[in-house]
Amino acid sequence: MDLLDFARGPAMQVAIYVFLTGSLWRLFGILLLQRKPDYSELRKTGKLRAALKVIWNRAFTAPEFRMATRYTRIVGYTLHFGLFVTVFLFVPHIVFFKGLIGIDWPGLPNNVIFFVGVITVGVGIAILIRRMTHPVLRLISNFDDYFSWFVTMLPVITGLIMPIRFGIRWETLLAIHILSVALLLIWLPFGKLAHVFLLIASRGTTGAIIERRGART
Amino acid sequence: MSTSEFDLESKRLSIKEPEIRYDTQGDLSDEERVQKAMAHFAKNFGTTAAIYLDSCIHCGMCADACHYYVATGDPKYTPIWKLEPFKQAYKREVSPFAFLYRLFGLKKKVTAEQLQEWQHLLYDSCTVCGRCSLICPMGIDIASLVAMARHGMFKAGLVPHELHAVAERAEVDGSPLGVTPQLFEERLEWMEDEHEVDINIDKEQADVLAVMSSIEIQKYPAAMAATAKILNAMGESWTFRTDGFEATNFGMMSGNVEWQKNTSMRIINAAIKVGAKMVLLPECGHAYMALRWMGANIYGKPLPFKVLHVSEYLADALNSGKLKVRKVDKSVTFHDPCQISRRGGATRAPRDILKHLAVDFRELPGGGDYNWCCGGGGGVVTILRADELRYKVFKLKMEQVEATEAETLLSSCSNCRQNFDDCQEHYDWKYTMESLLDLVADNLEEDEA
Repeated sequence: MDLLDFARGPAMQVAIYVFLTGSLWRLFGILLLQRKPDYSELRKTGKLRAALKVIWNRAFTAPEFRMATRYTRIVGYTLHFGLFVTVFLFVPHIVFFKGLIGIDWPGLPNNVIFFVGVITVGVGIAILIRRMTHPVLRLISNFDDYFSWFVTMLPVITGLIMPIRFGIRWETLLAIHILSVALLLIWLPFGKLAHVFLLIASRGTTGAIIERRGART
Repeated sequence: MSTSEFDLESKRLSIKEPEIRYDTQGDLSDEERVQKAMAHFAKNFGTTAAIYLDSCIHCGMCADACHYYVATGDPKYTPIWKLEPFKQAYKREVSPFAFLYRLFGLKKKVTAEQLQEWQHLLYDSCTVCGRCSLICPMGIDIASLVAMARHGMFKAGLVPHELHAVAERAEVDGSPLGVTPQLFEERLEWMEDEHEVDINIDKEQADVLAVMSSIEIQKYPAAMAATAKILNAMGESWTFRTDGFEATNFGMMSGNVEWQKNTSMRIINAAIKVGAKMVLLPECGHAYMALRWMGANIYGKPLPFKVLHVSEYLADALNSGKLKVRKVDKSVTFHDPCQISRRGGATRAPRDILKHLAVDFRELPGGGDYNWCCGGGGGVVTILRADELRYKVFKLKMEQVEATEAETLLSSCSNCRQNFDDCQEHYDWKYTMESLLDLVADNLEEDEA
């Protein structure tokens, strides 16, 4: 078994297993804690609608805060957009997903993906510099923040160097890229990257609680 | 501590400057303090708090919503940082991967020194105003977590001297500011004479139980007359009760759940005794949170009566045409009390009232639900060592108010009002905070008849 076989086979299988069980463990570990009933007379009904509303609208900062948070928002949106495009609109990735779930969708030309990938890495570096230099972010950051940054950027960087090669065999570069994705999947349930699913729970919870008071969500 | 003397001369009500501060209570070892803090933080632990503590992505945006950070630029005032020891303890002791955090030593045990250091962040520099909860991209309600952390801090005996003193007075005497049932009755009778209004005291049966804040009873007693005037004009069957009049809840603000319950139960029992269909809350922000949104949960079942803030009651009365007011020819701006508007959902009520008064209403820039807190809520106004910071933070409020160029500044919270009064004196500021309730009571149309 060479490195590519290992990456595609056991490494990815283990990563997916850890990703799924870890995510479920974390989610149910939280959701199965006690829930207290709220007996206060509600002002507004429609908890589910409110939960869905907040899940959607917290993706957009309220106008009152937009000026103060413009840097965070610009780099945040750009990073997430870049990750979405490079992961889901790169044709070889779409082929991989088709093998996994049986459906495909149109992709973007490789040079567009490469360009978006470069922007994504650039924004990632800007995010890291800000985390290391902004007084607030420096204070509140811990191992999770830096390691999560590392495992997120690694697949983008290993993907970007594939067409450049640096004299390394393409199969080896692909194996490294797949292993970096495996590392990302393994880490995701344990750290802050779990926000990909926790955001639904936290935003939804606040929506449901605050809506019954008729207060601003 | 219960012998602490009140400072009734000051613009804001607290105790006199203690010769020696006791910011730790009880004779506990460091280890016991940590253990108690964590046990009582975790005691109310449920899915909601766990979701919140597990979801923070450390984006730091909450700092930009916090008046303490914005006014000082000090990163320690970042709202989520105020919870750091409790977040640390959650991850290490309760979270789904607690065993991994302990195994790899990723989260250290919280220490007593750490909790003592955090007392300043959890009490002196957080008004539980919830503005940070509106900016969080993960939707984390940070204010509710601070309230939970205070439960732990109280049990650990780590409450600022003055806040503990007034909370203890509230538990022992029934009022944080020394208002006994006799004093309450005397002051009601005084207002009855002064304002020539019939005030109902200790009626056996009534549809409406009106309650007051000690701040009003001691400092703004006209609120009692105004409440009576309006309830009389509405033809309500109503009463004040000397066995359930105190609306403030310093048990809640200091973090003592038992004291919070005892305070709320005095009102609930009095309301049940008179067969009230409604409890009318006074101009007090946290009283609204304590009874309107937490009262039933303290009681353990739905309350057998409605709970309305006086601004909601007035808005309903004016909107339905049961109460009529004269036009007030003034430009007015309104400071939204955080617990009534942003946290309580009654933001529209004062605006409806002002519409009926036909004033030239000028919204504060960024007012309404996103309004800057005045900096006096959450018990902060009582803490003397927090004064300098409180005054600094108030400058944001001054800028907001001055931008409107309104003649009159109104609010519907006596705790905000005493903070405004104190800051007005400190800065020799031109604006005097006035009461929305008083404005309505002074302009009832029946007066013209």
